[in-house]
Amino acid sequence: MKKIVLAAFGAALLLGAGAPARAEEPTEILNVSYDIARELYATINPKFIEHWKETSGKEIDIKQSHAGSSKQARAIMQGLKADLVTFNQVLDVQILADKGFVSENWQKDLPNNASPYYSLPAFLVRKDNPKDIKDWDDLVREDVKLVFPNPKTSGNARYTYLAAYAYALEKNGGDDEAAREFVGKLLKNVAVFDTGGRGSTTTFVEREIGDVLITFEAEVENIRTQYGKDDYQRVVPSVSLLAEFPVAVVEKVAKQRGSLDVSKAYLDYLYSKEGQEIIVSFNNRVHNEEVKAANADRFPDVRLVTVEDVFGSWAEAKETHFSDGGVLDQVFNAR
Amino acid sequence: MASGTLPSVAEHPQVTAFKRRQKVKRGALVLIALAFSALVMGVPVAAIFARAFQEGVAVYWTNIVEPDTLYAIWLTVLTALIVLPINIVYGVAVAWLITRYRFPGRRVLLTIIELPFSISPIVAGLCYLLIYGGTSVIGSWADEWNIQLMFNLTGIVLVSLFVTCPFVARELIPLMQVSGKDQEEAALTLGATGWQTFRHVTLPNIRWALLYGAILANARVMGEFGAVSVVSGNIRGETMTLPLQVQLLYDDYNATGAFAAATVLTLIAVITLVLRSLIEARHPHRH
Repeated sequence: MKKIVLAAFGAALLLGAGAPARAEEPTEILNVSYDIARELYATINPKFIEHWKETSGKEIDIKQSHAGSSKQARAIMQGLKADLVTFNQVLDVQILADKGFVSENWQKDLPNNASPYYSLPAFLVRKDNPKDIKDWDDLVREDVKLVFPNPKTSGNARYTYLAAYAYALEKNGGDDEAAREFVGKLLKNVAVFDTGGRGSTTTFVEREIGDVLITFEAEVENIRTQYGKDDYQRVVPSVSLLAEFPVAVVEKVAKQRGSLDVSKAYLDYLYSKEGQEIIVSFNNRVHNEEVKAANADRFPDVRLVTVEDVFGSWAEAKETHFSDGGVLDQVFNAR
Repeated sequence: MASGTLPSVAEHPQVTAFKRRQKVKRGALVLIALAFSALVMGVPVAAIFARAFQEGVAVYWTNIVEPDTLYAIWLTVLTALIVLPINIVYGVAVAWLITRYRFPGRRVLLTIIELPFSISPIVAGLCYLLIYGGTSVIGSWADEWNIQLMFNLTGIVLVSLFVTCPFVARELIPLMQVSGKDQEEAALTLGATGWQTFRHVTLPNIRWALLYGAILANARVMGEFGAVSVVSGNIRGETMTLPLQVQLLYDDYNATGAFAAATVLTLIAVITLVLRSLIEARHPHRH
């Protein structure tokens, strides 16, 4: 027993204090990512390891950490040693840039606003679409019950909220009052607010609550793959909001650990044809023309507006809508 | 009194009726208690196993020996192996101090060791981040020396220590208060050293309570979710303990894997329960 305890102590010291020395050749890098990207990166990582071996002749191992991306950003600021981040919230990378962890110009460092793929809020409905849901207008009907997470806690739901708001603004010629009323009705129709995307999926699929689940298109398709393509249908609205998945090297950590090159190569790989093909197989939309053309039939046409177009910037959208006492709070409390 | 004129009290119709009613009432109570226990505890536990084995023993086994899950089991055991000895030493020391000495701040200490019970584990985790995280004084000083305190095993051990530190002390204090220090003083006057006194007088008296506290603490270490989730960093195959792994597998649409991992936690809980009952049976005066 004594020996085991001593061994355990020793192991703890090794693991705790024996972190790799600075700026040596790294043997592993840590990709800190959002909640539901596990399957995606679990597929990409072995391919990249092979690719890195071929191009540089070096061995590398990639560790993954997944949680809500705001929680992840905070963890990095508190000392989680991430070499790179792959998030689903622009603001969560921006805050790392503001604190000096990520390059100031991170959005210009890589193509497409440093977002190798994108998606959009779309709808999942039950078999044969019994409530005949076609577009955002159908979601505010009195006979329709919705499921999506709480916009207060979930980035996913913020996209839904902003997409609905953008739709209503456009429809009513930029009338803010009308848009507020629209999202008010939308929130009123929500049967259950879970804290995160996966919670809502469980509510909709396993507890069979609600007529429409609103989440990212990629997630809609993944749920169909998981729970039965015939039992659920995807509905893509006429207009939706561009959801970017921003990536960046955490330079502060990568410099310290000597992993700058491999981390950059990893992000570049996400933009390569090979990388984009994997990403598209998880139902995300990509920019690579060749891959796009080959997968055109997977993705219905949709007009996408951006947060920058409609709300100025993420920071402004956050300030106006999601701060305490902001528009979300107002319509939420009025519901 | 003439025999046979009156039925004995026990046979009096009213008494028999009363007894019957009592019997029915007791039966109903027992039934309610059993049904409630089955519904609230029995069924969910059974459901865990049913769901875990739904796709057969082979699939169950594949899920258990999945490297990340195996690692999570190992990490959980390792954490317990580090935390428990510290906890036992700390618990005995505190209980000794509180029951054998009078000193200023004794009441404060008594209150402080109860604190982890009343603080939400998540808050505890956040407190540790605040004190030992990269933005804190201690955290950035440690970082200068290339020592990482949070988001690794050190962090997990620290918060586990926090949430479990009351268990052993709490079991020991009442017992040591009751048993008093007469025997120890007798041993000392007979020339025993401090260690001899502890080893041959105190320890035999408290060993069951000590074991009991350690078992409870162990169950808590292995099952802790909230505090660990804050400081773990969620790195797969590196800082995921078993409870975190269960949640993660479930979130990954791998319900079978999640329930398979949950059976391991449940088994630990059941073993804890059995050990506890054994101790109580051997030592009926406890509780």
